[in-house]
Amino acid sequence: MIAVIRYNAGNVLSVMNALSRLGADAVLTDDRSIIETADKVIFPGVGEASSAMAHLKRTGMAEVIKSLKQPFLGICLGMQLMCSYSEEGNTEGLGIFPERVREFPRSRGYKIPHVGWNTISDLKGPLYKTTAENSYVYFVHSYYVPLSENTTARCSYDDMDFSASLSYGNFHGMQFHPEKSGSEGEKLLRSFLEDV
Amino acid sequence: MLARRIIPCLDVKDGRTVKGINFVNLRDAGSALENAEYYSSHGADELVFLDITATVENRKTMEHLVRDVAFSISIPFTVGGGIKGEDDVDRLLGAGADKISVNSAALRNPSLINRLASRFGSQCIVLALDAKANNALPSGFEAFVDGGRTPTGLDALEWAREAADRGAGEILLTSMDKDGTRDGFAVDLTRIISGNIDIPVIASGGAGKMSDFKEIFEEGKADAALAASVFHFHEIDIPGLKGYLRESGIPVR
Repeated sequence: MIAVIRYNAGNVLSVMNALSRLGADAVLTDDRSIIETADKVIFPGVGEASSAMAHLKRTGMAEVIKSLKQPFLGICLGMQLMCSYSEEGNTEGLGIFPERVREFPRSRGYKIPHVGWNTISDLKGPLYKTTAENSYVYFVHSYYVPLSENTTARCSYDDMDFSASLSYGNFHGMQFHPEKSGSEGEKLLRSFLEDV
Repeated sequence: MLARRIIPCLDVKDGRTVKGINFVNLRDAGSALENAEYYSSHGADELVFLDITATVENRKTMEHLVRDVAFSISIPFTVGGGIKGEDDVDRLLGAGADKISVNSAALRNPSLINRLASRFGSQCIVLALDAKANNALPSGFEAFVDGGRTPTGLDALEWAREAADRGAGEILLTSMDKDGTRDGFAVDLTRIISGNIDIPVIASGGAGKMSDFKEIFEEGKADAALAASVFHFHEIDIPGLKGYLRESGIPVR
């Protein structure tokens, strides 16, 4: 069973729909015992970092997430909240990944948010087992995680390279939205369900 | 490299597409859901649904449609048309829309954009801007509301900048001069807006042939291009269009 964490961020429905299309047994929940005993956990999210993080701390969900041992996937804001710090709202994150989340610099001649389909490359790890280099996936974000030793895929926006995904132990994060990335995204979610 | 997006637009009335869509292999050519599924599996990067329903009761039908579409397709989609306030947005996003577009209500009450952006995030707030040439204004273009019926006296670029500052995440820019002409997108208008704001601009209105798309990306600096009838009547098929753009050196998915 897959637990999808319910909290005060949007877009959880798209993740549930995508899992349903894959035939996965998924439940949207904020129940600690269900999350702790699930085979895998997905932490979705679209929204603002500081209010989402405050909610996770207030409800105790922050500690639950950090203690999980099963395969865990944070998506978009979910991945950013797994980092140690975010410039969005000057927010202390969960600290699962040591990386710091930064805001795309303005007035460099490119548009913010980074929105649309972009390619991912230098793919590493089991999540990318069935994904080809330079596949297109869907991004929408104004903050990014710089490249680091935990980077498992990179993306380039104009002259800026950043982490399209991160992995550390059982914890994985995707900056893009696999649930909105057509058939490529379905392959990635399927890999999370079957290959990690 | 970030791809330029190709976006079909579906006009929806009471849950059904209007402007008759002419696809073969569809059991029900007027089914907005079937059209969405078709485009999603035939190269569209996103979809836009424009609700042209007249009555409040029938807006419920749109909500059902949004729910069905969200369940069925795995690319992003925007819903616009008649959105008045936060409750409308909450319902549509809650039903599974990825973004909503606001037009007249935002221009009449610009703080709506701030409220929507802070509550739902800029990434899901699209400003729909209908513009028409007016040489008396600094940018040469005027913003219109009420589906293009009412001039506002407001400079289109000034309004686009204000909307971006207030938290809009993208601008869906429709040229009223070009819309329906099939004479090519409005290059000057799009370049003026897109070149002077730092959020993405979707160009709309005037698509007639494949080279129009090349032109609006290269000369108009559009981040995405939206069209309706050339896709609906199968005059341009999206995979073919993308092959053409790729050969022209424009990054597409």
